[in-house]
Amino acid sequence: MRIVWAPEKEALATHFVLNVIINCTTIMALHRLHFGLRQTVTQTRSLHGSGLIQQLGSAAVEPEPSVRPKHAIFRTAEGDPAQHSEQHLGQYYTLPPATIRSLFPQGLPDRFQKQVKTFNECSMMVREPALEIISLLKRADYSKPPIHYMLYGEKGTGKSLSLCHALQYCFSQGWLILCVPDAHLLVKNCREILPSAFNSSRYDQPMLAVQWLRNFRTTNEHFLSQIKTTRRYVWTKRESTEEGRPLKEIVEHGLARAKSSSDVVGALLRELRLQVGRPLEGGQEPFRLAVAVDGVNSLWGRTTLTKERKIEMAPEELTLVYNLRKMLKQDWSGGAIITAVSQTGALFKPNFAYLPHELLGEEGFVSLEPFLPVPVPVYSDKEFESCYQYYIDRNWLQHEQSRTEDGKKELIFLSDRNPSVLERVCASL
Amino acid sequence: MLQSVRHSDMAASSRAVMKSFLRRCGQCWSLISALPAENTVLRLNYVIPVRMVSVSKSTGFRQRNPPSGQQKFTLEFVKKQIEEFNLSKRHLANIMGEDPENFTQEDIDRSIVYLFPSALFEKKARPIMKHPDLIFPRQRAVQWDPDGRPFHYLFYTGKQSYYSLMHDTFAKVLEVERYQDRLLLKGLFSQEVKPISLAGGRWLSKDEFEEFLVETISDQDYTYFLQLIGRLSSLPYSSLEKEFILSFHKQLDVQASKQLGQPLEFDQDGVAFSSAQGRRKTAEATVVLRDISSGKITINSVDYLKYFPSLQDRLQLMFPLQFVGRLGRHALECTVTGGGHSAQAGALRLAIARALLSYVSESEKESMRQAGLLTSDPRLKERKKPGQAGARRKFTWKKR
Repeated sequence: MRIVWAPEKEALATHFVLNVIINCTTIMALHRLHFGLRQTVTQTRSLHGSGLIQQLGSAAVEPEPSVRPKHAIFRTAEGDPAQHSEQHLGQYYTLPPATIRSLFPQGLPDRFQKQVKTFNECSMMVREPALEIISLLKRADYSKPPIHYMLYGEKGTGKSLSLCHALQYCFSQGWLILCVPDAHLLVKNCREILPSAFNSSRYDQPMLAVQWLRNFRTTNEHFLSQIKTTRRYVWTKRESTEEGRPLKEIVEHGLARAKSSSDVVGALLRELRLQVGRPLEGGQEPFRLAVAVDGVNSLWGRTTLTKERKIEMAPEELTLVYNLRKMLKQDWSGGAIITAVSQTGALFKPNFAYLPHELLGEEGFVSLEPFLPVPVPVYSDKEFESCYQYYIDRNWLQHEQSRTEDGKKELIFLSDRNPSVLERVCASL
Repeated sequence: MLQSVRHSDMAASSRAVMKSFLRRCGQCWSLISALPAENTVLRLNYVIPVRMVSVSKSTGFRQRNPPSGQQKFTLEFVKKQIEEFNLSKRHLANIMGEDPENFTQEDIDRSIVYLFPSALFEKKARPIMKHPDLIFPRQRAVQWDPDGRPFHYLFYTGKQSYYSLMHDTFAKVLEVERYQDRLLLKGLFSQEVKPISLAGGRWLSKDEFEEFLVETISDQDYTYFLQLIGRLSSLPYSSLEKEFILSFHKQLDVQASKQLGQPLEFDQDGVAFSSAQGRRKTAEATVVLRDISSGKITINSVDYLKYFPSLQDRLQLMFPLQFVGRLGRHALECTVTGGGHSAQAGALRLAIARALLSYVSESEKESMRQAGLLTSDPRLKERKKPGQAGARRKFTWKKR
């Protein structure tokens, strides 16, 4: 069962596939031809095959040449999310490391973060849901209450990354970013829980609050000195912040005094809610606010945290959750709310639930009610091809069969074009 | 009351019938009982206390070769038994009220089961009535003359037909070699002549060989014979003795010809589909394979990616389709019950492979069979043993 392919033939075959998908650029064709010339013998051994079909002889696969065409078909040089349009669909754009450091100080979704480290570049695919949100954000009327965009979709379809993409647009537009990267963490496995000093029926999570404040400060450094407090905040008997002080001061206070950090978060959110859309001091333009919550369904439902005598805690008893919920109420104007509901990490939710009403429950659904659901589907054929080419380009697919048509079909079957599953299947090839 | 009277009536009448039957065909039964009654004997006390219906030796059916010593049954005796059998068969048909001309062995078996109901578990121990050919083993003709002197010169070896066959075979080897030598001397020996091809077949098994010889031989003897016949068949000019060699060789037929796929069916939209079943361990699967390129794969109406989160199970599902190069060309509608996830995946794999038979060519069927796609996995869960933690695992050893 051995097929000896002429090098030109393989190059042609691969070339043809690319042509079908998108118009092939010359550089890309040359790049592929190079592959074709290198591999003269192709084995028909399946990717995950058993030893049924013997592997006969092996063609040495040389390492990737160091000179890599920058403008491959699956890439776009357009790094600005505001410029992304239909023509960039399915193409990868690269985020500069500086943006990642300031926009996502807490890190990107786990598996993607590892991929970024492995590939030594942060490339994200331009996909339909993010594009839709960005185009709606461009057209929205910001004198009205914010529009709530809710991403939903099955496991591993890329909700979090679409959220990141949309958030990057807001960041590039100079918005103030209020991002909760994983709301599930608020309601489970919390190390320290203290009764709130402000309201005895609530509980503070000082560690989480400090961590969040630190990330918030990193992302919105320059806003913090511009926005001033509108009232006097008394943290303890001795410590207080006067009216008219920059927000930076209360953030610094929260970081210094972990005990009052949860209250600081509440105060911060209140200030932002009140001042968004209003002109700042010194005649500056009003700032806009992007509220992003991944795993928003955790703010409703049940928690695994317990009060004294092992009574289960309700989410609204947590100060952070209570304040975040207020932020999701659309009673302010001059910004947008982008959220994602996800089963991954959620508590007490059926395994295959993915629709907003399944995950949010009745209560959550009603309280978030006017929202715009944005479905996140699995890869389309074009997106799959692009992802496949990207993995080949990054030498992530090294198995000699993974570059053949049969190998591609096998990957399609095994992953069913689900981005996360595809990444996992390819990880061992 | 009435019921019971009627029952006893019927019982009495049936006894009478059997009595008359046994009296009439007494000879036939005695035929059977005349055999050495080593096996279980069924006493029919309520009929005639003395008469016994015995079961013949089970070995009789297998026609194993008898010991080549003194003959047990003469030809005349067997011939007589056959006559009696035919006669009693007619009697039996008359008792049962059926046509004696068309009374088959199946009818005899049915009647015997009806007339002599047996509660014995062992089937071989139940009463039977068979043709004497099936009961008396096939045996050799008389080996010696009236004076008691054997005909065959190898008689006293104890395995005369085996040794005479070995002599014959070796003579043939020598003959072929001599022929080859003559050709060599004349310079006519051709390198193109090939020994006869024996691919796709096998030699007679030991049992078959013994049946052919009507003698018992040892494993060693059988091995010697295989070596000798192998030597003969590997000679370049072995085709001279083709007929002789092939008489000990059995050609195996191609198994895949037995693998017949169901013919394709068409639904109301004109889409071709085929369905098949498969099982593994306790899982049973049914698959409907549709010829739609943009089709979904559902298992119990759940997407297969959700149903089988583990990669290994999806690989099982993929293999038959990938093997025939039909990935992405079919829509699958699967139902599977019982078993764990890997058993379900295995059952589905078998069902898919069987359903694919309707689409593929004969040669592909054969290669599918060789790849093991059409063979169902016979392995089952091994039982737990008492005194052990599991099937094989022992309890933790403690000194005391």
